[in-house]
Amino acid sequence: MAVTKDDVRHIAKLAKLALSGDELERLTRELASILEHIRVLEKAPLEGLEPVAHALDVVCPARDDTTESSLPREEALQNAPEQEGGAFKVPEVIESS
Amino acid sequence: MSNTPLATLSERLQKKETTCVALAEEALARIEEVNPKLNAFITVMRDEALARARALDEELRAGKSRGPLHGVPTALKDNLCTRGVRMTCASKILENFVPPYNATSVARAEEAGAVFVGKTNMDEFAMGSSTEHSAFGAAHNPWDLERVTGGSSGGSAAAVASGCAPVALGSDTGGSIRQPAAFCGVVGMKPTYGRISRYGLVAFASSLDQIGPFARSVHDAATLLAAVAGRDPRDSTSVEVEADFLEGIDRGVKDLKVGLVEEGFGEGVAPEVRQGIERAAEILGGLGARVERLSLPSISYAIPTYYLLCTSEASSNLARYDGVRYGRRAPEAGNVEELYVRSRSEGFGPEVKRRIMLGTYALSAGYYDAYYARAQRGRRLIANDFNEKFERVRVLLLPSTPTPAFRLGENIDDPLQMYLCDIFTVSINLGGLPGLSMPCGKTSEGLPLGVQLVAPAFQEATLFRTAQALEKGISFAYEGMAV
Repeated sequence: MAVTKDDVRHIAKLAKLALSGDELERLTRELASILEHIRVLEKAPLEGLEPVAHALDVVCPARDDTTESSLPREEALQNAPEQEGGAFKVPEVIESS
Repeated sequence: MSNTPLATLSERLQKKETTCVALAEEALARIEEVNPKLNAFITVMRDEALARARALDEELRAGKSRGPLHGVPTALKDNLCTRGVRMTCASKILENFVPPYNATSVARAEEAGAVFVGKTNMDEFAMGSSTEHSAFGAAHNPWDLERVTGGSSGGSAAAVASGCAPVALGSDTGGSIRQPAAFCGVVGMKPTYGRISRYGLVAFASSLDQIGPFARSVHDAATLLAAVAGRDPRDSTSVEVEADFLEGIDRGVKDLKVGLVEEGFGEGVAPEVRQGIERAAEILGGLGARVERLSLPSISYAIPTYYLLCTSEASSNLARYDGVRYGRRAPEAGNVEELYVRSRSEGFGPEVKRRIMLGTYALSAGYYDAYYARAQRGRRLIANDFNEKFERVRVLLLPSTPTPAFRLGENIDDPLQMYLCDIFTVSINLGGLPGLSMPCGKTSEGLPLGVQLVAPAFQEATLFRTAQALEKGISFAYEGMAV
């Protein structure tokens, strides 16, 4: 399946990435080459095999249902690029009328 | 210090022949000497290391020892959270990030007495096989400065090889500990998935990522693993499976069944790598192991399966870098959408963007079944192949890498070629198995060669026992290094 520039533009939009003209050219070429290699999997004897997310059959136990203290607010905010009033600050989301 | 086993360092500390501060100063001096050439460290923790070493010396004076890691200079890959110390993940997007907490593995190593000397260079977000994809510049191989260290934990491997620290922690998603260990001539080990808590490790591909040790000897690697392994309520995939990694480590390999993987001698494998593996098999055979050749045909599907799964998980994990709560924020974004797009586009490097794009493609509507779901079935195929082989043998023997360390820049413009470097390591992550790379000699040019040993899940003790026997039969000297 050929990868077109339009496909790459669409994927970039989903991934929230802006691509320059050069990046678009390069990624179209590279994704095509990688996906071509990935076609090897079409020949794999996968009939009847169950898909797995984890290879080990280990049960992940739930943590005890107890409360514990979380990071203090000022520490949780210490890496925030912008903050105000004890909260993360972002550009306006709902435009004011 | 660098060539001294941890047990001997411990003994010297106990006998007051040296101090934790002296060991830290020695490590810091070595870092100062070689780091301008190697670029193995992104952040050197001079003040923290000396303060910590002084406190640990106090404890020794008061008669308290924390065990074999007490006072041992230790390097940490820069994707492990260290409270109050910058952690960049070798990315511009995190260049000013200071974690407010410690990763569990870091906290456990610290509890065991480790003295952290610095945060090591890596491929951005652990994506790469050469440590050239770092926003802080490539790391250089201590054996030949024109060659790569391997990746993504190349800084940790180079730090241990060049004597900046006797041990280091790295992370391995598809070979990121074992491949640089092979290229730099040290022992590197990826434990069974779940053996070490991933809490505080920057997520790349969560079902594959695992933290592990680097050391100059098998015994020291086992010692570091013992300090950091174990269940952690903060990581629900971490497991409590009791193990004593050092017990029986000297028992030898008499009658142990070892499978020599035929695909390790296939096309694209350098002749000297093949000879190294054959030599390792001969040594084990000479020690009484029963070596048989076997085939792991699923290896031919490993690279596509791995790169579909890891990039899919990465595209999802890296969605959190949006410029809102931490990390780089693009200035003057007019709205939230622009904030996300510009922060991510300016913050991520080319390899990270490539992988996010591939993963997003594989997960997108219309392609999910053809790519992601098929790769999940491929994962089952690979795991089954290993399980069948482990009904016949206890340990598998194969190359860590198809070639010795390649030249800087050699594969940088050819991502597919770079991905193919991981052919012998990615299957082990897909199967969740423990794998260990150790030096098995040098090429005629003096570059290290690595051999990889793989055991069934949670059989790290068997792996260490086999590796320990092999280590005694292989003479590997840290002579002839470029630094």
